[in-house]
Amino acid sequence: MGKLFSGASLALFAPLVMAQNQVNMSPGVTEIGADIFELHMLIMWICVVIGVAVFAVMFYSMYAHRKSKGYQASQFHESTKVEVAWTVVPFLILIAMAVPATSTLLEVYDNDEAELDILVTGYQWKWKYEYLQESGENVAFFSNLATAQEEIYNTQAKGANYLLEVDEPLVIPTNTKVRFLITANDVIHSWWVPEIAVKRDAIPGFINEAWTRVPQEGIYRGQCTELCGAYHGFMPVEVHAVSRDEFDAWMAAKRGAALAQDQLAMQTLSADELMSKGKAVYDGACLACHGAQGQGGIGNAIAGSPVVLGDVGAHMAVVAKGVAGTAMQAFGGQLSDVELAAVLTYQRNAFGNNTGDVVQPSDITGMKNG
Amino acid sequence: MGDHHHGPAQGVTRWLFTTNHKDIGTMYLWFSFAMFLLGGFFAMVIRAELFQPGMQLVEPAFFNQMTTLHGLVMVFGAIMPSFVGLANWLIPMMIGAPDMALPRMNNWSFWILPPAFLMLASTLFMEGGAPAFGWTFYAPLSTTYAAPSVTFFIFAIHILGVSSIMGSINIIATVMNMRAPGMTYMKMPLFVWTWLITAFLLVAVMPVLAGAVTMMLMDIHFGTSFFSAAGGGDPVLFQHIFWFFGHPEVYIIILPAFGVVSQIIPAFSRKPLFGYASMVYATASIAFLSFIVWAHHMYTVGMPVAGELFFMYATMLIAVPTGVKVFNWITTMWRGALSFETPMLFCIGFLVLFTLGGFTGLMLSIAPADFQYHDTYFVVAHFHYVMVAGAVFSMTAAVYYWLPKWCGRMYNESMGKTHFWISFIGFNITFFPQHFVGLAGMPRRIPDYALQFADFNMMSSIGAFIYGASQLLFLYNVVATIVAGKPVREDKVWDGAEGLEWTVPTPAPYHTFEEPPVVPKPAGTI
Repeated sequence: MGKLFSGASLALFAPLVMAQNQVNMSPGVTEIGADIFELHMLIMWICVVIGVAVFAVMFYSMYAHRKSKGYQASQFHESTKVEVAWTVVPFLILIAMAVPATSTLLEVYDNDEAELDILVTGYQWKWKYEYLQESGENVAFFSNLATAQEEIYNTQAKGANYLLEVDEPLVIPTNTKVRFLITANDVIHSWWVPEIAVKRDAIPGFINEAWTRVPQEGIYRGQCTELCGAYHGFMPVEVHAVSRDEFDAWMAAKRGAALAQDQLAMQTLSADELMSKGKAVYDGACLACHGAQGQGGIGNAIAGSPVVLGDVGAHMAVVAKGVAGTAMQAFGGQLSDVELAAVLTYQRNAFGNNTGDVVQPSDITGMKNG
Repeated sequence: MGDHHHGPAQGVTRWLFTTNHKDIGTMYLWFSFAMFLLGGFFAMVIRAELFQPGMQLVEPAFFNQMTTLHGLVMVFGAIMPSFVGLANWLIPMMIGAPDMALPRMNNWSFWILPPAFLMLASTLFMEGGAPAFGWTFYAPLSTTYAAPSVTFFIFAIHILGVSSIMGSINIIATVMNMRAPGMTYMKMPLFVWTWLITAFLLVAVMPVLAGAVTMMLMDIHFGTSFFSAAGGGDPVLFQHIFWFFGHPEVYIIILPAFGVVSQIIPAFSRKPLFGYASMVYATASIAFLSFIVWAHHMYTVGMPVAGELFFMYATMLIAVPTGVKVFNWITTMWRGALSFETPMLFCIGFLVLFTLGGFTGLMLSIAPADFQYHDTYFVVAHFHYVMVAGAVFSMTAAVYYWLPKWCGRMYNESMGKTHFWISFIGFNITFFPQHFVGLAGMPRRIPDYALQFADFNMMSSIGAFIYGASQLLFLYNVVATIVAGKPVREDKVWDGAEGLEWTVPTPAPYHTFEEPPVVPKPAGTI
């Protein structure tokens, strides 16, 4: 019956669905998404039918029983029969709704036998994805909003995926049961991708489970759906579902990059290398609060900042450990030694700071070790 | 003293020291209208920013302050006090009592409100800005990560809670002790019944809210960890406590609205309310259910599946008594002699739109589907259908309906009808498209959105400006009526109106029912 309902409803809604203005829930690409969509349409149509019937009676009465037409009011005011009927009948309808709702819910909660586990951690205002491997060699990275500030502040045309694009998307294999372990580092966030029918709150100190099995390759976009502070609207989710082979190749490349990064940390980098890397890190991690020109915003200004112009160790401490009670996070656990070295170098030399200091990855390792 | 027929004192002290239920009711009503305009102004800022994609007028942090204050001011400043004002004016007149049972406390419960809201509004000018964590103030965003102004917010909430508790104790005491001889419980007008039940809800849940904000205060200033997992607490605990207050709270808002509609529809149908007894039982059932459904606001927090099922089934059950009410109202109209003055129009608007909000509420109760609806604009649309088209429309109907009795002057009917139509159309232009963007995937509480939501958001903003402007027409109409409306002299202003309040002179004198009235057998009871 569910299938029939959604089929009929899709046909009815089809003329309304314009490319731009989607008016209904999307069934998405997963089985559960389709089940939820059918459930949604079933309940909606039941409501529509009841609503039309009830208000037809009301509008008929408003037309036929008008005082201006000289209609005389009748004085009846109770009837046990109808009152029992309209208590019992809705109750039965509710039971009919509860049956498919229960079975779909049980499906959503079936977290067993996942083939791939991904730890999703919400940060103000980005997502961290960590692929959990039995070998312990986890692959982890942050996923930041990729939309330019210029687009947000209307000085540049907005792209097609405005606010729904990230610098590094989550990549998952198709036809694989992927389990998400969802948590948060600071406040509560919520990880939502409508097309793959996953929404779970990310709660600091707790780990929630959710799962999906995506049958077809594609790019699926979503957003944080729990108010998490100033930039709640600017932490999208982008999921790339790819074939198993493509996924394996991507994973191997990620591992290789992680190894190269570790090796890089042993080397001495040139000032130019550090500056260009540092700008990339700054744009991803610092810019939202400290501004594109280091002018400040939610955070203090970087340009001319006494912290930045002062002792490297103190500067490093602020970046690595954060400032308690403010929005300044502890980046020590979020950025690699190379990235920390690069961003410190960049901050100390960009925006007119010109200290000439070059911070090497080995300096960071040294400071971390005491 | 001793003189029974003294009028009000002169000057400002009349209002400061008054213990008269009508004066206090009037102050509540004007105060709530002022808050309605303030909260409405915040809404206009929100809709102006959302008019187009991209950040135009305000910064994201300030946008969050606007959504937070809009919610807090509308819930605690506009809707709740407006119904308390109505209760003050009407309950003594409806049950044949000379005043409220506890008049001095009545004065106090009103006068602590303005300072509380002044304090809440002043947070806008504090360093770090006003509260920006939504009216639901989930920890730890509202504790560890909040601006320092959160402490003032907590104090303000405490005062509002004290005011509400005092107001409800007063209503309970009045209804239980001050009914005129012969005014049995099952003869009370439905507005009195719904308020009696509401008052019990308030007394039960406002202390829970007070507990929640006190725990926040402890976490922020005294090193406790009620809501911090790092210290052994639980952020989800906050949500359980908040919604144990919050769900009954939405019925606190809507039950008196049901009461109003149950008075007005019979009056303009010229026919007694259908199913009076079942209305009372339905109201009580809704109140009971409101205590056992709170976690349907939290389907996505990761509850065990058994919990999800319990809260889903319990929530779906609310549809039964709510349906009974809607059917009763429509059957009241059936074969009546209907006329469509402004109060009736607002009640019919209420009936249609509130029911629509009820349907979306039923959809939201379905846990698996809620995973897609939760925290999207679909939810925003849903609760504005029940809060604005429900509570605010019925409150507006109440003002038009009883204003002639209060001030002895008739409002301008065509201006009233114009107000209705602009409100009705503006409201739907604002909130109907929000169902679409919500289903299409737009999260709530975001200051900027993806391009596919642009058209409907622009429509929503235009509707909001129309709806907002229509309230100025309302203000003008009410002021013009009080100052220079056409005088009304009949006790019974509306030919179909029933109840003791229509047996006192028009305008209602400063003191009514100093001698208990003879209670007529109300139509609709046996």
